[in-house]
Amino acid sequence: MIMRLVTEGLAAARGERALFAGLGFALEPGAALVLTGPNGSGKSSLLRLLAGFGRPTAGRFLWDGQPLTDDLDAYRAQLHYVGHQEALKPALTVTETLHFWAALAERPLTDAKVPLQALGLGAKAATPCRFLSSGQRRRLALARLVAWTAPLWLLDEPTVGLDDQALELVAGLIERHRAGGGIVVLSTHQPLPLAGAQTLSLADFPPKRVEVSVEW
Amino acid sequence: MVSFRALLLRDLRLAFRQGGDGAMAVIFFVLAALLFPFGLGPEPEALARDAVGIVWVMALLASLLALDRLFQGDWEDGSLDLMALSPLPLELVVLAKALGHWLVSGLPLLVAAPIVASMLQFDADGLPRLVLALALGTPTLSLLGAVGAALTLGARRAAVLVSLLVLPLEIPVLIFGVAAADPAAIGDGTTQFMVLGALLALALPLCPWAAAAALRQALE
Repeated sequence: MIMRLVTEGLAAARGERALFAGLGFALEPGAALVLTGPNGSGKSSLLRLLAGFGRPTAGRFLWDGQPLTDDLDAYRAQLHYVGHQEALKPALTVTETLHFWAALAERPLTDAKVPLQALGLGAKAATPCRFLSSGQRRRLALARLVAWTAPLWLLDEPTVGLDDQALELVAGLIERHRAGGGIVVLSTHQPLPLAGAQTLSLADFPPKRVEVSVEW
Repeated sequence: MVSFRALLLRDLRLAFRQGGDGAMAVIFFVLAALLFPFGLGPEPEALARDAVGIVWVMALLASLLALDRLFQGDWEDGSLDLMALSPLPLELVVLAKALGHWLVSGLPLLVAAPIVASMLQFDADGLPRLVLALALGTPTLSLLGAVGAALTLGARRAAVLVSLLVLPLEIPVLIFGVAAADPAAIGDGTTQFMVLGALLALALPLCPWAAAAALRQALE
């Protein structure tokens, strides 16, 4: 199955404030899109929109040629979203957390060891999440990417708090995913070694100023 | 459904590991109910007459205790994002969480209620009716509470706000719950039990639907 992600004329707002306008891109299988831009420029908002949270103020998304809103559930079953927050409960162990996520996604795991080892958390499998460092919390959230497959990855600052070794690991994961025909959209402030990745600076799509003309 | 079961089991596991919420509701229920003999005086007749009302009002307040945290924690740490992204419809997410809330803070009340009622000099013959009324009424309280918790998500002082929102909605349950269990009432309470059942049957589809709509708003 060939999946494409296309957006056209996208504009979004957070509350009263317009974030960006006229944004468009097309991603073929194997493509990677790196979102850059200053803090508050709407990178996280764009990723949340792509994950189907909320609606853009203008423009549309097409996944596989279909508007995203046509069958949101089917679309959401095909994506991995790793946001700012790791969604960890202090009282649950690393293994329990991963099992819960997988079951919640209706992709129950037979063995949590493989994804945990892939992210270098093999030794922490039985540790309650409250004892994890911030980098380890991040690794656990990213273990979802390995635990079950999804053609579209939406990663919001996936590299925050990661050491160099983990950074390489994540870059490797992304490259392998792309080699298999997957699409990645991610925001980052750290350069990741991704071959042939497109870069999109949200600062290049400022919202149109609304001209307020006061005529009496 | 794998995801429904996983969510329910996780909530129960969290409740047992963190101790707190469930035990707190029961302890509050017992302690607060036992304040009444001190406030009303120890005459057995007066206490026995009011026992049903006291038990019901305390059960209602106890069910409010952990309500503001029903979605708050999951919303703050991003778990709610994952629940929304899962194939499990948000309505069933709400249902799983309301069921978890009832199992943790409603079910123990059914066990504690006969003890509390007996301490209030309530006639032992009326206990089965009291427990049955609570068994039919407290799930409705959890479902209504879920709507309140979803609506106040992200609000400051959500705990107070939930109570203000939910308490007026719970008055019908209170009225028919007390009437169903009151031995002094006319009849055997069948009508009241049927109304309690009807309220539950209404709340079961409507509350998850309303709460899910509120959660969608909060997730934007």
